[in-house]
Amino acid sequence: MSTMPATSTMTDPASVNDDTRVGLGDTVGQVLTLAWRATMKMRRSLEVMFDVTIQPLVFTGMFAYIFGGAISGDVQSYLPLIIPGLIGQTVLTACVATGVQLRQDMDTGVFDRFKVLPIARIAPLAGPMVADLLRYFIASVLTFAVGIAIGYRPGGGVLGVTGAVLLAMLAGWSLAWIFTLFGIVGRNAAGVQGISLLVMFPLTFLSNAFVPTDTMPGPLRAFAEVNPVSLVITAIRDLANEGAVTSDVGWALIGCAVVIAVFAPLSVRAFNRKM
Amino acid sequence: MTTRHDRENQRELAVAATGLVKRFGDHRAVDGIDLEVRRGEVFGVLGPNGAGKTTMMRMLATLLHIDEGRASIFGHDVRAEPHAVRRLLGVTGQYASVDENLTATENLWLFARLQGLSRTESRARSAELLEQFDLTEAAKKPIAAFSGGMRRRLDLAASLLTRPPLIFLDEPTTGLDPRTRGQMWDTIRDLVRSGCTVLLTTQYLDEADQLADRIAVIDRGRKVAEGTADELKSSVGQSTLQLQLADSALLPLVAEQARRLLGEEAVLTPESRRVNVPLTRTDQAVEVLLALRERDVTIESVTVQKPSLDEVFLALTGHDTQDPQDGPEGQDGPASAADSRSADTDRTHRMETSR
Repeated sequence: MSTMPATSTMTDPASVNDDTRVGLGDTVGQVLTLAWRATMKMRRSLEVMFDVTIQPLVFTGMFAYIFGGAISGDVQSYLPLIIPGLIGQTVLTACVATGVQLRQDMDTGVFDRFKVLPIARIAPLAGPMVADLLRYFIASVLTFAVGIAIGYRPGGGVLGVTGAVLLAMLAGWSLAWIFTLFGIVGRNAAGVQGISLLVMFPLTFLSNAFVPTDTMPGPLRAFAEVNPVSLVITAIRDLANEGAVTSDVGWALIGCAVVIAVFAPLSVRAFNRKM
Repeated sequence: MTTRHDRENQRELAVAATGLVKRFGDHRAVDGIDLEVRRGEVFGVLGPNGAGKTTMMRMLATLLHIDEGRASIFGHDVRAEPHAVRRLLGVTGQYASVDENLTATENLWLFARLQGLSRTESRARSAELLEQFDLTEAAKKPIAAFSGGMRRRLDLAASLLTRPPLIFLDEPTTGLDPRTRGQMWDTIRDLVRSGCTVLLTTQYLDEADQLADRIAVIDRGRKVAEGTADELKSSVGQSTLQLQLADSALLPLVAEQARRLLGEEAVLTPESRRVNVPLTRTDQAVEVLLALRERDVTIESVTVQKPSLDEVFLALTGHDTQDPQDGPEGQDGPASAADSRSADTDRTHRMETSR
């Protein structure tokens, strides 16, 4: 083992000032560095990617062929309805994993080191959330791809589909704040998973993802129509099928903004308390 | 109110803490500890499992909220200026805090980038530290394939990326085999030579003895003693001259000389032909030995022993260093502990009664 570097290169205690804030440029750099870490983790343990790879492949074919005949008369005419619905559902599932993985991450020793580093307190939370944009991207692109393979022809063309994918990514990032909050306050990964699923299923099924909301009883229908997941799915349908930026797209953006406005401050505050 | 003089004074101290308290519910894990660590020294915090060592260290490292009391690192208040404190600290925890999903190089790169080193600097500094800690060959391996000692070294390397002037080592060798422990000790000594101040916690008495300039003994959240290893030892008892004779019949003669020359009462163990003579000063041993040579007493072995830190601990706290409930870590304790306990029961007993 070689000798240690000379004393002269050591950080001088007198030179360290009292500024407690991390500059915006540094914060962005730290968030991106931690996003890089999260993508390395995705590459190393591919099983964390099953929910955005295998699941869209299986579910898209399954739901299209099982429900298609019953709901829309035939599979082909169900596809414009179900493909955006499945994108909403898959992205929501991916959000659950965001919370669970955050909990697991916070339980590892490496988080202790993040806490003691002079970095922006928000970076260890924001990094993985940025990296998860990649997961939402993969999930929505794969769902579209499977749909197109079994005969879906989105009327919105390339531009409409691109818009739909971008909206799905934004929606994923917004809804992830809900599950991030569970991840932060939850006791352990299993508990976070449990409560997340309990929230995820109503959000998914009390929406227009699989069926039109017309036949639902009043109260359920009322919820389904303001459910941000419904708003997002309607907007994705408008973008992908019509190529139109409708008022529903505006409502979806508002829905996402409301979710962020409620859950992001709660999450950040809970997270800062633990950091 | 802190005067200018106080602040100057505090800058000279790497760590200054007064009246630290940490409560977990009703339990006071840290119960009013004062601590002063001078620049450039190795300060050891010694105590059994659950004494509050790690809790105290985590409070000083901004990882746990300080319920009561004050602490500053190089004059920066831990509560008011956590960011400044973090920039002066390298912390290596009890359990290696590195990312299992990354390789050694990637880990160092990650922590270097997070601390604002440029890409080039990060690469260079990572390579330098991997070399310094004998990890170059394993640099590209996943951490899962690392041995306990390699993880600790990587963890320590990750704490040194920005060359912080103060290093916290929380039980740096717990769970390591004796050979790896020796290597870790060498690494820590190198660190001190480079000018670092080190605060280390340990439950191993020989570790504190080997590494620390000064030691604070912590028990049940309180500091029960502080000083150099020698001061602690001499505060509880004197040295002992241990003799083994060829002929056990001559043991009373030794006792008689001890009484005449030193006024001390020797302890005889005829079965093993041994006699222990308490000494006020170590050089008194010579007087006894000279007297025995004049009387042609054949001596088979001679040792002068200072009390071990185990005995110090027992004397200070009235209980053992190793909690029987904490099995696996207790086994790693110094081998000498058991020996000195059984061999010197009578002496320990006397120390206790004299308190």
